[in-house]
Formats: sequence, C-alpha cells, structure tokens
Amino acid sequence: MSEARRTEYTEFRPRWYKSRVSTWWWLGRWSYLKFILREISSVFVAWFVVELLLGLHALSGGPQRYEEFQGFLCNPLVVALNFVSLFFVLFHAVTWFNLAPKAMAVRLGGKRVPNLWIAGPNYLAWVAVSAIVAWFLLRA
Amino acid sequence: MRKRSNEPILWVLFSAGGVVAAFLVPVLLFFLFLAFPLGWITPPSYEGLLALVRLPITRLGLFVLCFFSLFHWAHRFRYTLYDGLQIKHLNQLIFPFCYGGAVIGSALAAYVLWNIK
Repeated sequence: MSEARRTEYTEFRPRWYKSRVSTWWWLGRWSYLKFILREISSVFVAWFVVELLLGLHALSGGPQRYEEFQGFLCNPLVVALNFVSLFFVLFHAVTWFNLAPKAMAVRLGGKRVPNLWIAGPNYLAWVAVSAIVAWFLLRA
Repeated sequence: MRKRSNEPILWVLFSAGGVVAAFLVPVLLFFLFLAFPLGWITPPSYEGLLALVRLPITRLGLFVLCFFSLFHWAHRFRYTLYDGLQIKHLNQLIFPFCYGGAVIGSALAAYVLWNIK
C-alpha cells in the first residue's frame, strides 16, 4: 500500500522508472528455474504433513480405516503425486544442506573453513537420522 | 518509534522447519507412502505401528515435525507467490492464507495426535 502511495505523480518526480518483469521470468535460466523449484518444494512438504495427518487419523480409527487408507495410497494418482513429492523433498534436503556452509561462515585461523566441513556433517547426520527412523519403522 | 517487524520470528520458524523437514520428511515419505503401501518392503503390522505412534515421544516428535514443516511451507510459499508470480499486492490475502493455514494445520495435528486411542 505504501508503495502505491509512493508511485503517485508529483511535480518533481514526474515518472518512476519501473521495468516490467514477465511473470515467467524464472523460465529463462536454469539457476532461476532451480530457485523456483526449490521454493515450490515447500508445497510438497505441506502435502506430506496433510498425508501424515490423514494416515494418523486412519490409524487411530481402527484396522478397517487403516486398510482403506492403504488403498488410497495405492491409487495411481496418489502414487504419482508421492513420487513427485519424494523428488521435491529430496531436492529440498540437498539444497538445504548445501546452503548450510553459506549460512554458517566458520573461520579458523582467519580463513573460511571449506564448505564440505559444514555440509559434510549435515549429510552424515541425515544418513544417521534416516537409518534410525527406518529401524524404528521396520521393527514396529 | 517504528513498529517492530515480526519477520525475524517467521524466518526462524521457516528455518527450523527447513531443518526438520530435510532430516525427516524424505525417509518417512519413502517408507510410509511408497515402500510400505506398494509392497516393496514388508510393512509393519497395524498393531506395531499403532504401538509406535502411541508413545508420547513419537507423538511429540510428530507434532514438532508437523508444526515446523507447516510454518516452513507458509513462509516459503508466501515468498514464492511474491517473487515467482509477483503478486505482492495481494498480501492481505496471501499472508492470512499461508500463516492461517499453518496455524490451523498445527491445531489439527495436535488434535489428531492427542486423540490417538
């Protein structure tokens, strides 16, 4: 709103220079597209939460409801959506861990430590956490 | 004095959600929604899974996961709409949709997790 006020015509500011950017600006370059894909990954994170809550609700609703939910998960459309979601959440994880060195500028003896020193432990922790979660799920 | 922005706290929620989602969502999504229902790996029994979910620590963990992931979505999706589609002028619609959605989703998560029998 304040922006709208600022763009009003005044005597000493006859016209604002505003270059128009296409709505599809992010299709022009791979790095732009990657940026938008990374941002879009959040939609699939949200879908995962919705699916998780549906599953938990079905689980507490009894074996029959749980069975129905498993049927829902086998619906080809849902399977396709979950494959796409898996791609996007992996993309989110990788881009997130790769950003960690940029967010944490650790210096040792006046020099930035190599990116791998920051990203590496993140990846190791990711593998460890995934293995622990998998172990709990498989022995349940 | 200028009103203090609430952007930092929203960013912290976004950031925490990014970490939680990166660590936990891929493995859970793979097993619960692909490998188990499609029969790639023998799924756990209904009783086994229910017993696991009934544990207070699991419920707390799942709530934390849902809460932060939803606020992560809210923040990132809001800026995707601003930057990607350049519709910042619809802020009064987008802002309540995103964070309101996260609040409602978190409340639903608490309700579902609390009521597991």
